[in-house]
Amino acid sequence: MSDEEDDIILSELDDEELVAQMFDDLYDGLKEEIEEGVNILLERKWEPYDILTKALVGGMTIVGNDFRDGILFVPEVLLAANAMKGGMAILKPLLIETGAPRVGKMVIGTVKGDIHDIGKNLVGMMMEGAGFEVIDLGINNSVETYFEALDTEEPDILGMSALLTTTMPYMKVVIDQMVEKGIRDNYTVLVGGAPLNEEFGKAIGADAYCRDAAVAVETAKEFMTRKHNQLAAG
Amino acid sequence: MTTPDDTTLRDEGLAPVGAGRVLLLACGALAREILAVKESNGWDHMTLACLPAILHNTPDKIVPAVREAVSKHKENFDKIFVVYADCGTGGLLKVACDEMGVEMVEGPHCYSFYDGNAEFEARGEVTSFFLTDFLCRQFDAFVTKPLGLDRHPELRDLYFGNYEKLVYQAQQRDPALEEKAKACAAFLGLEYEYRFTGYGDLETALTSQA
Repeated sequence: MSDEEDDIILSELDDEELVAQMFDDLYDGLKEEIEEGVNILLERKWEPYDILTKALVGGMTIVGNDFRDGILFVPEVLLAANAMKGGMAILKPLLIETGAPRVGKMVIGTVKGDIHDIGKNLVGMMMEGAGFEVIDLGINNSVETYFEALDTEEPDILGMSALLTTTMPYMKVVIDQMVEKGIRDNYTVLVGGAPLNEEFGKAIGADAYCRDAAVAVETAKEFMTRKHNQLAAG
Repeated sequence: MTTPDDTTLRDEGLAPVGAGRVLLLACGALAREILAVKESNGWDHMTLACLPAILHNTPDKIVPAVREAVSKHKENFDKIFVVYADCGTGGLLKVACDEMGVEMVEGPHCYSFYDGNAEFEARGEVTSFFLTDFLCRQFDAFVTKPLGLDRHPELRDLYFGNYEKLVYQAQQRDPALEEKAKACAAFLGLEYEYRFTGYGDLETALTSQA
């Protein structure tokens, strides 16, 4: 970072400049600066929900787009996500307190035999940023674990992730058992992970394959809108 | 013949070597091993060509690269054998090979076929991170740099926190490489295990083309 940038004092920036600077700081993965920016906006009486959506999600959207376009790579995205996590940790309790709008609820987890969680964690974080309540089951989840969470949490969406060609078929095991149990249509099932593709998603009976966290958020929102429209029509 | 250097195999691959009518179209990470098996068996009817090994890090680019290479070479050979396993393509490489009428190696990846596919599956090692001879020699180019661990070592546990051990699958006995593998395990904060595999099912697969 240049000396000029080092000299920036966040509290001296007006709101617009500060949000723009937070976009830059997120892009550069500067966690402390993001936490400071969030605190300044809170002091300026910004609603936590506005800070989340306008400053943090806005910044992460740029990161996500540049990742998709091959400008940024995994390490930079992880650093940005870590910075956003710092900001979200401050906002989360306030969002609950202030009754921020909740778009829907998602249970998410990496499938049995698979310990990879970077993509899943990014999706979970971006979903939270988009106003979803996210229940993260972690890694290596069996059908039983997924079903237990569906029972107790009653989510709108089930998200499953896999990084290995050898573990991705387990998603079909879960979906088949949902069908068998007669609960498949109660949930939107989204799947993702590096070796997956759209065709696979269709073949196993998922509602959608999501190639990255941004697509996951957009797809989830779309399904929630459809659900609300169906309920309104019904 | 002279063994091709790792950097070339990593970034550029290998133009066809040999005068045989069967083309082995392989990942650059397997070049040395394939040449060793080919030479020890006297398989002069086989020619080896490799795609850049670094495709290992971007599996979505493997299928188009294999398609292009098969299309480029098919007129010049009686038969092409693709020496890739699935390698993170989610089954798409098999689909492409079937469409092109060429065979490929069985299994999910080289860690599996070096171990022996049946053995590897039976082990059910979910929390192991694997290195082969090639990946051990090229650890920085395939792991440290692309994951940004040289610039941001603090990311290490985000990537490897769920792993327990590094298994070094050795194709050749090489004490220096073993030392390096141990250092790689320490660098990643993982336990270390040495496992001599030799060529495993790679040799079996190549024998099927002999």
